[in-house]
Amino acid sequence: MLLAVRDLTVALPIGGRLVPIVESVSFTLGAREILGIVGESGSGKSVTSLAIMGLIDVPGARISGSVRFRGRELVGLAPRAYRALRGREIAMIFQDPMTAFTPVYTVGRQIDEQIRAHQKISRSDARARTVRLLGDMGVPDPERVAGRYPHQLSGGLRQRAMIAMALSCNPALLIADEPTTALDVTVQAQILDLLRGLRRDYGSSVLLITHDMGVVAETCDRTLVLYSGLVAERGPTGALFAQPGHPYTAALLDSIPPLHGPRPARLPSIPGSPPAPAGRPAGCPFAPRCAYVHDSCAVRPPLVACGEQDVACVLPAEGRPLPPRFVAEMSA
Amino acid sequence: MTYRVGRGQVLRALDGVSLAVRPGEVLGLVGESGCGKSTLGRCLLRLVQPSGGRVVFDGTDITMLPERRLRPLRQDMQMVFQDSYAALNPRRRVGDLVAEPLRVHPAPSGGRRSRGEIAARLAELMDLVGLPQTALERYPHEFSGGQRQRINIARALALSPRLVVADEPVAALDVSIQAQIVNLFMDLRDRLGLTYVFVAHDLAVVRQISTRVAVMYLGAIVELGEADAVLHHPAHPYTAALIAAVPEPVVRTQGLPPPLRGDVPSPIAPPPGCRFHTRCPVVRERCRVDPPLLRALPDGRDVACHYPLVEERAGP
Ligand SMILES: Nc1ncnc2c1ncn2[C@@H]1O[C@H](COP(=O)(O)OP(=O)(O)OP(=O)(O)O)[C@@H](O)[C@H]1O
Ligand SMILES: Nc1ncnc2c1ncn2[C@@H]1O[C@H](COP(=O)(O)OP(=O)(O)OP(=O)(O)O)[C@@H](O)[C@H]1O
Ligand code: SF4
Ligand code: SF4
Ligand SMILES: [Mg+2]
Ligand SMILES: [Mg+2]
Repeated sequence: MLLAVRDLTVALPIGGRLVPIVESVSFTLGAREILGIVGESGSGKSVTSLAIMGLIDVPGARISGSVRFRGRELVGLAPRAYRALRGREIAMIFQDPMTAFTPVYTVGRQIDEQIRAHQKISRSDARARTVRLLGDMGVPDPERVAGRYPHQLSGGLRQRAMIAMALSCNPALLIADEPTTALDVTVQAQILDLLRGLRRDYGSSVLLITHDMGVVAETCDRTLVLYSGLVAERGPTGALFAQPGHPYTAALLDSIPPLHGPRPARLPSIPGSPPAPAGRPAGCPFAPRCAYVHDSCAVRPPLVACGEQDVACVLPAEGRPLPPRFVAEMSA
Repeated sequence: MTYRVGRGQVLRALDGVSLAVRPGEVLGLVGESGCGKSTLGRCLLRLVQPSGGRVVFDGTDITMLPERRLRPLRQDMQMVFQDSYAALNPRRRVGDLVAEPLRVHPAPSGGRRSRGEIAARLAELMDLVGLPQTALERYPHEFSGGQRQRINIARALALSPRLVVADEPVAALDVSIQAQIVNLFMDLRDRLGLTYVFVAHDLAVVRQISTRVAVMYLGAIVELGEADAVLHHPAHPYTAALIAAVPEPVVRTQGLPPPLRGDVPSPIAPPPGCRFHTRCPVVRERCRVDPPLLRALPDGRDVACHYPLVEERAGP
């Protein structure tokens, strides 16, 4: 197992007390696998990935549980050791490529430096590698693009350049936090195509963080659904989309307007909105919005097996799992 | 519609766009970032002044109308924006924010509205957008994104407009909240007989709400027609590529179509001929030199392409 996260809990000080932002998050990621972490705004996706990367720099924050990367425990790792890991074995890309580049140097120079920081090679060898990487990322005319400043590139090219920089040291794990959210759909499709190719061409595993269920369905082998800082459901993407086991997953999928098939007269929507971490109910966090809520939901439900997935809901254990989802046939 | 962008350069954000919004319809405007959707929306409401062409609202040419004469018409046309927070002054109570247009504009009778009239209208508006009456006493930051968008909608509806231009009104919302707001837009259309121009980059949202759809690329409309026709059987290769690129929340059995290549060219120097020819998968020689005009196909839609993807002759 490349990465094994167990009971990861991140508590941040809010208004003078420690509030658990993410609670008991567990998952594994195998070699050459793409795992999607999906959830709505504020569900704790970024906090989870920052904790794995050792990048939570809030004074007074408390991180507990276990993050094992290639068998090595990362929770509690010294900052220096973490720094050596980042960029070399684990790399991260963000929604906004401008945060990864400084505006004052050319994109090529920044990727060269990144390569040379981890490997003793000459400037010209580093540049050759940079140009090859950019080319691999589908950048047309990579030599010319390497000589450009970040602001001179289109959003799609900047994103490719950032991925090239992230891959420059052949990391075993790439964490991508909303890498396509700021892009147009046609460019997003290109970048997702690129991410899918990484395991083949670079042998990398990818942790893909997104709020878009469509992106997950098209890109990830397995999916983890977060709701209010807790795992609601996790499992193989195909099974999870065909027969979601958690009422939240099912309701979320239903609320997305379909692009094909008949148009619903009204979109099924979920009433209310997710609780803030400080106001999370003691039992099931989805209870205030759930159509199936009943007495036993007042106790926090553990993850239990349900079909091919694990689901944090009392229904499967009570012998009444959700029915399969009706999905209109896609017109040819 | 052109913008000056420095060094004497001119950016033609809209290039010869013609479209008519029919009373009672929902016209969806889709296209990628920078194609001119917002600019077109603002031109329709004369929030910006087009550099050429005409904008006619309900029989009145408003293209050159001075602000003073435009003002009474403004009550009939309102705009809702994407960023529900930026549009609301954080220091004022929701009641004041929603009442503002009622205080600024005279009542239909000509005089100022009384306190009682305003209070009654506020109560009505809260019901309309699904907010509790207590919301009026609270401040914008006390609300979630979806509720803030309801506040913005209440404010836009305060003067009972006939036309609402909504610019990406659900883009910043989570899907579960987005569905609530899309439903609200549909309910309000049915109850109040509103006409919408609904700008969005999300094709599925646009299909859900629109009667007709206009697809834009680099400042021009490339396809315009009934929503189902355009989105189920696209005639323009760009429309087809856009639909194919939407990631859908279903696990597909066949492989994905190859993504469209390249980026959108700069609007400062759009390609000659067909503006889509640098990325078009079915480009031919003629497309590089001869710009296609928007023309009607037998099924009633308009398309700007020399080689549309649907039958050119009317079917049997
Ligand atoms: N430094 C911080 N101090 C206090 N609370 C924080 C801090 N960073 C994040 N939070 C809170 O933690 C929760 C989870 O935030 P996080 O950024 O992980 O969400 P997310 O799932 O990435 O959302 P988005 O889709 O908007 O990026 C939110 O309620 C957020 O307000
Ligand atoms: N005030 C302005 N000054 C200069 N250029 C502008 C201005 N407003 C818009 N533009 C340019 O005009 C073009 C059309 O912009 P517009 O905002 O209408 O696009 P849009 O389709 O709404 O894009 P988005 O989906 O990103 O909102 C873009 O190239 C944009 O950069
Ligand atoms: S535990 Fe109860 S409230 Fe929570 S999702 Fe399951 S049925 Fe709904
Ligand atoms: S005119 Fe030519 S280049 Fe333009 S969309 Fe049609 S086929 Fe493609
Ligand atoms: Mg985030
Ligand atoms: Mg816009």
